[in-house]
Amino acid sequence: MIAAAPVLEVKELSVEYQTDAGAVRAVDRVSLDVAKGEFLGIVGESGCGKSTLLFAIARLLTPPAEIAGGSVHFGGRDMVAMTEPELRHIRWRDYSVVMQSAMNALNPVMTIGAQLRDAIEAHERQSAQSLRERSEQVMRLVGIDPVHLGSYPHQLSGGMRQRAMIAMALVFTPDLVIMDEPTSALDVVAQRSLMLQIKDLQRRIGFAAVFVTHDMSLVSHFSDRLAVMYAGQIVEIGDTRAVFADPKHPYTKGLMHSFPSISGPKERLVGIAGSPPDLLHLPSGCRFHPRCPSVMPRCRTEEPPFYQQDGDLVRCHLYDR
Amino acid sequence: MKTEPRPLLETVSLTRHFRLGGVFSKRILHAVDDVDLAIGAAEIVALVGESGSGKSTIARLIARVYRPTRGEIRYHGRPLSAMRSRAEQLEYRGHVPMVFQDPYGSLSPVYRVSHGVLRALKLHRPALAKSAREQVAAELFESVGLSPGREFLVKYPYELSGGQRQRVGFAQALACSPELILADEPVSMLDVSVRIGVLNLMATLRRELRISFLYITHDIASARYVADRLIVMYAGQIAESGPVEDVLAHPKHPYTQLLLSAVPDPRAPISLPASSEVAEPPRVVSPGEGCRFRARCPFAIDECSVSTPHLRLLRPAHTAACHVAASDVADLMPDTERAASSR
Amino acid sequence: MAMRILTDQPPVETPSISSRSGVVGTLARALVSNRKALAGTVVLGVFAFVSIFAAVIAPYDPHSLQFDPILGPSRAHLLGTTGNGQDIFSQLVWSTRQSLLLAVVAGVMATAISVLVGVSAAYLGGLWDHLLNLFTDVFLVIPTLPLMIVVAAYAKGGGTAVLIAVIVITGWSYGARQLRSQALSLRNREFLEAARVRGERSMYIIAFEVLPNMTSLIVAIFLGAALYAVLAAAGLQFIGLGDTNDLSWGTMLYWAENNGALLAGSPLWVLAPGLCIAVLGAAFALLNYAFDEISNPALRPVRRKR
Repeated sequence: MIAAAPVLEVKELSVEYQTDAGAVRAVDRVSLDVAKGEFLGIVGESGCGKSTLLFAIARLLTPPAEIAGGSVHFGGRDMVAMTEPELRHIRWRDYSVVMQSAMNALNPVMTIGAQLRDAIEAHERQSAQSLRERSEQVMRLVGIDPVHLGSYPHQLSGGMRQRAMIAMALVFTPDLVIMDEPTSALDVVAQRSLMLQIKDLQRRIGFAAVFVTHDMSLVSHFSDRLAVMYAGQIVEIGDTRAVFADPKHPYTKGLMHSFPSISGPKERLVGIAGSPPDLLHLPSGCRFHPRCPSVMPRCRTEEPPFYQQDGDLVRCHLYDR
Repeated sequence: MKTEPRPLLETVSLTRHFRLGGVFSKRILHAVDDVDLAIGAAEIVALVGESGSGKSTIARLIARVYRPTRGEIRYHGRPLSAMRSRAEQLEYRGHVPMVFQDPYGSLSPVYRVSHGVLRALKLHRPALAKSAREQVAAELFESVGLSPGREFLVKYPYELSGGQRQRVGFAQALACSPELILADEPVSMLDVSVRIGVLNLMATLRRELRISFLYITHDIASARYVADRLIVMYAGQIAESGPVEDVLAHPKHPYTQLLLSAVPDPRAPISLPASSEVAEPPRVVSPGEGCRFRARCPFAIDECSVSTPHLRLLRPAHTAACHVAASDVADLMPDTERAASSR
Repeated sequence: MAMRILTDQPPVETPSISSRSGVVGTLARALVSNRKALAGTVVLGVFAFVSIFAAVIAPYDPHSLQFDPILGPSRAHLLGTTGNGQDIFSQLVWSTRQSLLLAVVAGVMATAISVLVGVSAAYLGGLWDHLLNLFTDVFLVIPTLPLMIVVAAYAKGGGTAVLIAVIVITGWSYGARQLRSQALSLRNREFLEAARVRGERSMYIIAFEVLPNMTSLIVAIFLGAALYAVLAAAGLQFIGLGDTNDLSWGTMLYWAENNGALLAGSPLWVLAPGLCIAVLGAAFALLNYAFDEISNPALRPVRRKR
């Protein structure tokens, strides 16, 4: 399905963290690819491991969480095997990360301009003039008046802060931008505006994007491919239009039917019965089987591998030929 | 909209201001300004707006957490300010309870989940003996879907999931035969697949027990799913109000139109990109006259800077506060269908 | 206003209260599993035991002057005798009672005032908040040692009541600040709003909804106050405040100083009570750290399981 070599290749990545009660696998053998210029959305509810996966890919995990297996190939090298100095070299230049909340990611006591300067200088020595030019350029790129280079984060509105974060993430025009719910702290209108901006930037600069969110309706409009996560695993991955038009995995189907619509006929929705499993006490076989309306006897004992179905990969026995 | 002779609850010019800064500051935050709304019996009214629109403040005014700066709230025609005795106030609180947004913050972590319900029963139905109280509490838990009720009574909050905790909140609200439940973003902090269950619970309570709801949310889609009427708020004032389907099909206020265009709908075809919207809803500090939306409004005319628009009836039971929408000059303010085709 | 989306699933973290045993059971379990807590509890337990069974443990009457003075340690006198011919070990054992009581009583009283002032300031707000803060700040800033010396000079022979009063007056203000901060942060928690909306009275809310959620801070402040009381009592008694005829580690130090114990060759007279004071203080300090760790898992030492 992927013509050129993918920018990012994640293979069988697992993340564990230690708790008093034992090791918990927050991410279990996840594999995915992102091609150049592609926008991959990862959706799931809380506890599914999507944020942990993102942090693992970006090599930003802190103890007690740690990568327990697998590889992350980026730019031809396995990031899992790289040391911290090596990572620091490629971090921000070749890939960057946009966090959920700008107020947490931006330094409250430094101006935006100073933070941009710090980011740039960490990788390159530049004259004050070219630093200024570069900073102004990237601010304009995200739609902020460069006069705000002298502003502190609290002086900007929520939407502008998020854009400032994105400006920082793009200052080296990286090949890959990883985003962890960058819009969830914003109002609906600001959310839409920011997403359009991101999409536009992607078209112009050509970076690949991995976008994690719980908001399926948001990601449906903007991603090329979609991965659905449940209890630490990917349960469905495929072309976004295809997944939305015809969701295959019962969890995806349930999720689709949990979104009331503002247009079209009004229908009664049921959501999904039960709740996500405790990662310390996972169900046997398929992790979703206790809540699955189409459960078969096989599902209780055998964990499903990925099956191919119309170009999508689905982790469900229903699609076993 | 039902035309009741007297609504269950109505507000008249309800206003609430907060002084920002110290005691001598001149900066006044206009959280809610001149709001007239009415809620009938067995009716679900959705109050929609972004953060800072004043919707949560209205709930707290009705719940008597804040006192109005101006205007009044009438319950069954009787102004709340006339309720002086503790007995009357308790009765009102029993009939108009509130359900909160944060499932992890709305229950005290040091007590069992039955604590709130048992206390509510003790306060509002003091005649009940202890064992009778527990029996009623168990039944209340059952009625909101926490079954078996007796088992849930002894659990601690951390043992329940977010959705279950919200149901406890509803059980607390139901303890005293409420007529109107104020639900302040009851599902915003829950997972998507769980929200529907709670929204369905609200619809069931309305249908079976004839309880009205003031459903406060920023999510229009869920408002459509559960509500009969929709009130859109902007910067402390009502922008538009009417039957939910009519407002969504024929939004009259430019802000409503903006909101609707910004809501991503997975089932709708990919819409054309809207104009880049950089401005944000204002925090209204000491505003003057004039429409508060004018800075972001594509249709603003001179009148909008001069006088504050009031709600005017534009369609059956459907009002909007907009000079342009109210004007008879049709080409200044095309309906949504025409606006879509002209983009 | 960030929306935290939560799962329909209890979190996997260690909960603050586990199982039906409620607060007490969890506390007991926590005390046993945390090393610092265990050490502190054991020490306190030993001292409590000694103070209860002093009559059985001490070999002699502590006041009795029958022995030869300034004897070194021996089988008959484990720690030797004082300059007045009293058995040091017996004195030490009997002194445990008052020293422990002073620490606990002064600690409780100081904590009670801290809670009253701190929580009221947070709840009354406005002008009252300002006044109570001013009040707290004044006491916070008063230099304790000069105050103690001045009081001691005027109140010599004033007895244990004055002693406790001085400790409490100088010891309550620090905790009041912290309690006010926490009470302020709790004010906006929704379960408090929920209590108000269901019709609870303010007094009820403060006593039964706010304070129970502050127990870990209150206990921590008590432990800090008790630690302060141990050291302050010792210091005050050393300079002669309180009843010098009382049996307490601090008064032992007073008499030892008066008789020039170190110069006269009975260093144990000074070292023994001094060490006990230090150990009791350390016990409270350990428990204080342990409490912080128990209530805030982020502070716990990371023990990697390999």
